[in-house]
Amino acid sequence: MNDYTASEMMIVAAARMLADARVVFVGIGLPNIACNLAQRTVAPRLELIYESGVYGARPARLPLSIGDPCLVSGAVGVMPISQLLQYYLQRGLIDVGFLGAAQIDRYGNLNTTVIGDYQQPKVRLPGSGGACEIALMCRRVLIITRLSRRTFVEKLDFVTSPGFLEGGDARARLGRYGEGPAAVITDMGIFRFDRITREMFLASLYPGCTVERVQEQVSWPLRVADRLGTVAPPAEEELRILRQELDPAGRLRM
Amino acid sequence: MSKLTTMREAIAALVHDGDCVAIEGFTHLICFAAGHEIIRQRKRDLVLCRLTPDLIYDQMVAAGCARKLIFSYLGNPGVGSLHAVRRAVERGIPAPLELEEYTHFGMVARYIAGAAGLPFYPLHTFAGSDLPRVNPLIRRVENPYGSGAVYVVPPLHPDVAIIHVQRADQEGNAQIWGLLGVQVEAAFAAQHVIVVAEEIVDEAVIRADPNRTVIPALIVDAVVHEPFGAHPSYVQGYYDRDTEAYIAWDAISREPETLQQWLDEWVYGLSGRAEYVEKLGGQVWQRLKPGDAWSGRVNYGRYC
Repeated sequence: MNDYTASEMMIVAAARMLADARVVFVGIGLPNIACNLAQRTVAPRLELIYESGVYGARPARLPLSIGDPCLVSGAVGVMPISQLLQYYLQRGLIDVGFLGAAQIDRYGNLNTTVIGDYQQPKVRLPGSGGACEIALMCRRVLIITRLSRRTFVEKLDFVTSPGFLEGGDARARLGRYGEGPAAVITDMGIFRFDRITREMFLASLYPGCTVERVQEQVSWPLRVADRLGTVAPPAEEELRILRQELDPAGRLRM
Repeated sequence: MSKLTTMREAIAALVHDGDCVAIEGFTHLICFAAGHEIIRQRKRDLVLCRLTPDLIYDQMVAAGCARKLIFSYLGNPGVGSLHAVRRAVERGIPAPLELEEYTHFGMVARYIAGAAGLPFYPLHTFAGSDLPRVNPLIRRVENPYGSGAVYVVPPLHPDVAIIHVQRADQEGNAQIWGLLGVQVEAAFAAQHVIVVAEEIVDEAVIRADPNRTVIPALIVDAVVHEPFGAHPSYVQGYYDRDTEAYIAWDAISREPETLQQWLDEWVYGLSGRAEYVEKLGGQVWQRLKPGDAWSGRVNYGRYC
C-alpha cells in the first residue's frame, strides 16, 4: 500500500487541509475527490456545498459532475442557484473554496478564460463559471493544480479569479471580501503566501520531491520557506477510501 | 385551457430567426429535444443564453443556428472543451461567434433583473477580475445609502425560454424537484415560455403539492409532453445523466465531419424525440434508470 501516485498524494494533502473547515464550496475534478475524502476522514461534519444549488450533500457515489443527481438525494437542502450564491456565498457563510486553474501567478491570481488575447484567443478556455465569486467570497481559498511552467506563469493572459492581485494590500483594498488564497496544493508540494508581500512560497514538499524539481516547473525565481516542511505520505486508510470508494476506476493511478 | 402541443409546433410558433433563446437547466433538465428541433427547423442567427452552454449549444453552434452566446462557463462538464464552440471562436468555423461573458453569479443576476422587472441588479462579484474590462455591460454604481460602489448587470429578457420539468398540467403549471438551476428566473425573465414535461398530470396532482410548483400557467405559452427529452442530461428520479454520451461527444465533436455525421444520424435523420428514444434503445434507458428514493409526505391540512 506504500506505493502511491502524485495525484493521490495531492488529493490526500488537499483533504487534510479541510480538518478545521465547516462548510466547503466544492469544485469540479480534483477538489470534488478531495472534499469527499475529507468528509470520510478528517472532517466528518464537513458540509459540502455545490454551485449547482446543493447544501450538505452526502453523495452515495463519487459525483461525476457538480450537477450529479447523487448530490441531491440525501442532501440537507436543495435550492435555486440564485439563493445559494446570494445567501450562502455572498453572505459570507462559506469557509473554504476550492479552485483549479490553467494559469496561476505568484500572487495566486487565476486564469481559466483564455490563452492569448481575449478577442483573438489562441485557446478559448471555459471561463469563470462560479470561480470568480468563489475566489472573492469564500473566507479562504485553496488552489489545487499540477506544477508546470505553462501553468505557473510570470503574467496571466487574463485574470478570471483574483488572488492577491499585485500583492501587498491590493486585495484588502478591494473591500469586503474573503481573505484570499491560503495555499496552493500541487503534485510535488504545497505553497503558502507571505503575510506582507502576499507572494507565494514553497512551504512543504512531498516525500521524494526536491526544491530544484519544483523550481524547474515554475516560471519565476521561487521563494522557499526557511524551514521547509515535509508532508506525510498517504496513510493506508486514506488510500483505501480513495481507491475503493472514490476512484474505483483508478483514474488517479494513471 | 389546454396548451398542449407538439415540439415541432411549439418551436415553429415561438422560436424565430434572430431570437434570443434560453434553454436553461443546470446539468439537470436541459431540454435537448427542443435544441434538436430548433436545429431540424434550421433556425438562424439566434442569441443563445445559458450559464453553461453544454453539449446542446455546442450542437446548435455546429449546426449554424447561433450568432452569439451569452454565458458563464463554456465547457463539457467533467470532460473538457466544447470543440464546436471553440472552432467558431478560435477559427470562425463554420461562422464567427460573438461572446458575451459573465460569471455564474453575473448570469444569475441578469436573469433575476429580467424576472423582477428591474433596470439592473447589484452583486459583489467581478472585483479584481478582467471580466468588466472585456464586457462593458458589467458596470459599477455608487452605493446610494452609504460609501463604496457595487457592480451591476442589466436585465436579460430572452424572447423565449424553454424549461424542462418533471411534471406539468396541460395548462402549464409546472413542478420540479432536484436541482432547480435558474429555471424559475429564466422563465419569468422571458417574453414567452415553452414548458416541456416528462409527464402531463392532472391539475389535482399539482394542487396537492403546491410548494413544488415553480412555474405557473400564467406565464406559459405552450406545453409539450416529451418523455426522455432531456437526454443526455438527466431528470431527477426519472433517468440518470448519460456520462458516457458526454464523454463520447468529446471525440465526435473534435472534427467538423464526424460532428456533421452525428447531426445527420441523430438530429436531421429523425422526426423527433420519440424516434430518438427508440433509436437509443432499451439497454441505454435500462442503464440510466435510477433506483427509488421517495420523499416523505407532508400534511398541508384541510381547512373547511
